[in-house]
Amino acid sequence: MRRKTGRLLRGLALLSTLALGATACGGSDDSSDTKAVSAGDIQAALKKGGSVTVWAWEPTLKSVAADFQKKYPKVKINLVSERSGDKHYTALSNAISAGKGVPDVAQVEYFALGQYALTKGLSDLAPYGADKLASKYTPGPWNAVTEGDKVYGLPMDSGPMALFYNKKVFDKYKIAVPTTWDEYLDAARKLHKADPKAYIANDAGDAGFTTSMLWQAGSRPYQVDGTKVKIDFSDAGATKFEAVWQKLIDEKLLAPVNGWTDDWYKGLGDGTIATLATGAWMPANFVTGVPDAAGDWRAAALPAWTAGEKASAENGGSSLTLPALGKNKELAYAFVEYANSGDGIATRVKEGAFPATKAELESPDFQSTKFEYFGGQEANKIFAESAANVADDWSYLPFQPYANSIFNDTVGKAYVSGTTLADGLKAWQDASVKYGEEQGFTVEK
Amino acid sequence: MSSPLTTASPAAPAEPAGPGRRAPRLRRPRGGHQPGRPKRSVLLTVLASLVVLYTVVPLIWLAVNATKTQSGLADSSGLWFARDFALWDNVRETFTYDDGVFTRWLLNTLLYVVLGAGGATLLAVLGGYALAKFAFPGKRGIFALVIGAVAVPGTALAVPTFLMFSKMGLTDTPWAVIIPSLVSPFGLYLMWVFATEAIPTELLEAARIDGAGEARTFFRVALPLLAPGIVTVLLFTTVATWNNYFLPLIMLKDPDWYPLTLGLSAWNSQAETIGGDVIFNLVITGSLLTILPLIAAFLLLQKYWQSGLSAGSVKE
Repeated sequence: MRRKTGRLLRGLALLSTLALGATACGGSDDSSDTKAVSAGDIQAALKKGGSVTVWAWEPTLKSVAADFQKKYPKVKINLVSERSGDKHYTALSNAISAGKGVPDVAQVEYFALGQYALTKGLSDLAPYGADKLASKYTPGPWNAVTEGDKVYGLPMDSGPMALFYNKKVFDKYKIAVPTTWDEYLDAARKLHKADPKAYIANDAGDAGFTTSMLWQAGSRPYQVDGTKVKIDFSDAGATKFEAVWQKLIDEKLLAPVNGWTDDWYKGLGDGTIATLATGAWMPANFVTGVPDAAGDWRAAALPAWTAGEKASAENGGSSLTLPALGKNKELAYAFVEYANSGDGIATRVKEGAFPATKAELESPDFQSTKFEYFGGQEANKIFAESAANVADDWSYLPFQPYANSIFNDTVGKAYVSGTTLADGLKAWQDASVKYGEEQGFTVEK
Repeated sequence: MSSPLTTASPAAPAEPAGPGRRAPRLRRPRGGHQPGRPKRSVLLTVLASLVVLYTVVPLIWLAVNATKTQSGLADSSGLWFARDFALWDNVRETFTYDDGVFTRWLLNTLLYVVLGAGGATLLAVLGGYALAKFAFPGKRGIFALVIGAVAVPGTALAVPTFLMFSKMGLTDTPWAVIIPSLVSPFGLYLMWVFATEAIPTELLEAARIDGAGEARTFFRVALPLLAPGIVTVLLFTTVATWNNYFLPLIMLKDPDWYPLTLGLSAWNSQAETIGGDVIFNLVITGSLLTILPLIAAFLLLQKYWQSGLSAGSVKE
């Protein structure tokens, strides 16, 4: 969902990761959790009432919480929604390691789920009936929240990737919308030649973006089996990505702008950043962050690595989880189910969230939604097709937040110095392996 | 510490040409040496101007951009005004956005400053006076401890402090911010040095001979002499508490107890969230409003703390 990997608070993320690691073995006993909880138990808890503390930044949850409280007047949803990203995970890890102040429900992005699941920070939701919901969700998000027969959260949204492009700029310079990454490279050259101030995209090194691109290219750098981990950035998919992206970097065709900054919003607005390959949740951000460029932008399918190929990938997306140390488990689960599997989905889709559920993605209402911002385009059709084409065998590291935090010290160098992307990825691999070994993982190189 | 007021001395490295150069003497204006007006140095003036530029440009940027709307920010030059002048709208919106939570954050910050910085200053004054003017066993050990404590960055202590406060059940309460703020090793050290220099021991002895008790001696004799030092320490601790970010960040989760620093950061990170309101204009205006009280405090207390910094630097 939020894709900026924090540079500012890197040290902080590291500290909390260490703190989390240190207490990993002292966490709560998982076995007390595995008792099946019947629907009747949950209904009884809802009747009895109580309060549920939710740490989440997803803005549409405000309406969902209000609706939920209307439906179950005895339940109070205490939504703490000020923070996202690193700060959120720092607070969550700190609370878990301190064993106090842990929320009953926490929003956790897919890339960070593994870390909390492995350290037994999260409750398995299968005993509550979550394992029966598998068929509701698209494969990418469902794969992200499950491990074996355990379910560590319910998918809240998803980010099947698409290419957003500034039609005004493409029309002005008569550039065709690229359908492959090779065409994309050509378009980048044409555009930058026509207007030296304009770039096809911004990229100053972003771990989330790079892993998504590798995902789409068919690379599977991370193999995870419990505490056995394999990290390898040298497969064919990675080579494909390196070849194209290295040229974009070498020929200075990427704007050296970090995502989510004011410069970025400015570039998206004034046409100096002409495309954005990112998750399908982006339209909501266009509307609030780049209001002046309404009508200029369109969505298209993500360019393919081989012409005609349909592979896609996820970028971002998050789940709602039940931290193991949280209280009011039945109520917490009832809320999570309501928000991410029940009536909450409709509310959230209406407010601009991108669903992870098949029914919503395939519904005619959803697919025919006209995006005023994109000049009336029915963009959801593109997004839904992308969602269906996401390969479900991708996994992140169980310490992905840490790995992402060192991305800029390793791969990031390729963007600012003579280091190649391949060397950068190798350095990232080495640093991740070293950290994994220090944390007690069995790492195969 | 070296006094910044003496930087314009002729001995400054303005003439690197080496020994034997007499030019400076010849250039001295008529009337000879005037103690109150040190000689000007071109190099230092240039350097000082650069430093002024370096510190003032961000302030100007902040003031200028606080007058812009969100879209004005995106399509106008950073150092000049946009077409529309939205400062008053921005200020009003800053105070009303999200049910006026900014006011709450402002009051929180004031609370932390009054109790935290005020308490830290009080403790530093009492401790510094005692260390400077009383002989007791273990003084050297305390000296080493204080010097060591000055060298430890607060950030390094934040996580252990968090775990400790969590055990005491104090996290997510204002106390988690106020209590750690009460400790200011640097303030204590400053007061110690200041008290040593500013209060003649003879004066205290005279007061005691005249029959004043210790409390009376402290309040009537020592405290007025310490006033410039107190203001200096107060300013240091106030700035530290006002700008404190990391400690509240890990201690507080409830936005109702955020200080301004955390609140503004939360507003800023809305831009990084899907569907989040992008309110850079309010972040900038809020930042400007946040530094105004600090600027006012510096201007109002300037003469006290200037005299405080140079006190004791000259042997009479």
